[in-house]
Amino acid sequence: MTEEMKIAVIEPDPDRARDIIDALKEGGWNDVVVLGDVTGLARKLAALDPDLVLIDLANPSRDALEQVSVASEAQSRPVAMFVDRSDDEMTQAAVAAGLSAYVVGELQPDRIKPVLQTAIARFQMMSQMRNELEAAKQALADRKTVDRAKGMIMRAKGVGEEEAYALLRKTAMSQNRKVIEVAQALLTASDLLT
Amino acid sequence: MSTTRLNCGYVPLVDSAPLIVAQELNFAADEGLSLNLLRQPSWAALRDLLALGHLDVAHMLAPMPIAMSLGLSGPMARIDALMVLSVNGTVIGVSNEMADAMRAKGWPGGFAAPQETAGPLLSALDRPLRVGVPFPYSMHRLLFEYWIGHAGLVDPSTLHIITTPPPLMADAVASNEIDVFCVGEPWGSVAVGNDVGELILPGAAIWAHAPEKVLAARHAWVEDNPSVVGALMRAVARAAAWLDTPKNRPLAIEILARSAHLDLPHAALDHALMGRFATQFGAAPVDVPGFLRFHDRAANFPWRSQAAWIGAEIARLAGINRDHAIDMAQRAMRPDCYRRHLGPIGVDMPGASAKIEGALTHPMAVASTRGEMILGPDAFFDGETFDFSPSE
Repeated sequence: MTEEMKIAVIEPDPDRARDIIDALKEGGWNDVVVLGDVTGLARKLAALDPDLVLIDLANPSRDALEQVSVASEAQSRPVAMFVDRSDDEMTQAAVAAGLSAYVVGELQPDRIKPVLQTAIARFQMMSQMRNELEAAKQALADRKTVDRAKGMIMRAKGVGEEEAYALLRKTAMSQNRKVIEVAQALLTASDLLT
Repeated sequence: MSTTRLNCGYVPLVDSAPLIVAQELNFAADEGLSLNLLRQPSWAALRDLLALGHLDVAHMLAPMPIAMSLGLSGPMARIDALMVLSVNGTVIGVSNEMADAMRAKGWPGGFAAPQETAGPLLSALDRPLRVGVPFPYSMHRLLFEYWIGHAGLVDPSTLHIITTPPPLMADAVASNEIDVFCVGEPWGSVAVGNDVGELILPGAAIWAHAPEKVLAARHAWVEDNPSVVGALMRAVARAAAWLDTPKNRPLAIEILARSAHLDLPHAALDHALMGRFATQFGAAPVDVPGFLRFHDRAANFPWRSQAAWIGAEIARLAGINRDHAIDMAQRAMRPDCYRRHLGPIGVDMPGASAKIEGALTHPMAVASTRGEMILGPDAFFDGETFDFSPSE
């Protein structure tokens, strides 16, 4: 590439930010700035004047990016775009990956595309990891809840662990609910009564 | 009856209530719908997901479908506003330092005096005001700029408008990023509760009947799915009517406060839904009747004249052709859908789909399909009226 493209990455988590920088550098983009603290985002971006901004779809400060797009419009510069208005497929892929990219200024789509592709791959991998971590955490929490409910049934009815679980399962099936929901309801009820 | 599942986006604000209530109290289920309520972290995320078809319908800032249809916000997409979900419900506030400076300039205080408040607001600081709004194309911004512009004291282009996500608004005041904030509840009351800001005006004091949020969907989707659109509009209209029945408000607070929805303490929701506000930390609350309206006084009717007003204001902000903006804005508003789908269930319909905005200073009975309908007031603070030539 003859001309360096300035990329701003908005990512509060330093580990994720580092991963994204690594990925972008591997792809040959060296002019990457990370903004971790999102206060005064519009002002900071205006000062940086990046060619491309990468931000997580779930970041509430995304709305502040709109400021940059509107401001640049007022100065009759090319409109800030969501990814690239001409490329639906690319836009879909970016959204599915949880990625937003705003292009301010005149940029050729063929230059944006490889950057985004790299970033999309990275974001996808990380969002998958994040989802797996969430799922693991949830499974652990669920197991604790079920164990507590089992213990309560064992004490109340003087039955063994297997029988207590069978009772939970039977109740869940007959009410068309999940075991975890029945266990949760039992704990809530007992909290109220004690 | 088979159930149609709709991906339904909302931003966690008190006025997302009609969609949440439609789902929770089974108004949607009665129409064969299941609303998959998807909470969005920002308006831009909600907008893009709707434009790209990941969401079927959304709770949206009233100016957004119009800005999107004009290609001014995000991916160019033709978006329809099927009905108004809520009228009014925003507040304007200032930092505690600003409030003190305004008092020094003769501000009488209180929560209902736009004419007497504009001067002290503009002269309080000897530098341009930094104004936090939730989105560049929001009723908050349009109302604020209309107020300041029509008070005739300053050119609105000298203001620094700073987009700030509502949940971060109180923090932005505390860290001296902004002097003024325009925001939907509960976030104004949060700033007061944290003792960083003071409320100076409800949005309704600027325009007494401002459409705040709308039910939005892609135009092509609306055209392709008339029966689903009808079912959805009926469910939402019933939820809105339920919400405007005073005895239901405590239960509404109960439902909205749940973690699956707004995940906020009851106290944060009380102000908007009960219409009682403490404008200052520790002050006794004052009543603001009709602070937030979901259904009464034809609140849900998507007037073409409201759309035209929004189109004209957006044209001024964005520097685009006014006639074109007004024309596109009127196409985005769908009173035709409203009449077709809600007429048969007995919702009262006005005789015309446009009116002179700002003409009603008192409630007034007008001709309607079921006899008469009480409208208004819809006055602007400066007594101006907005008329335009309909395109049809």
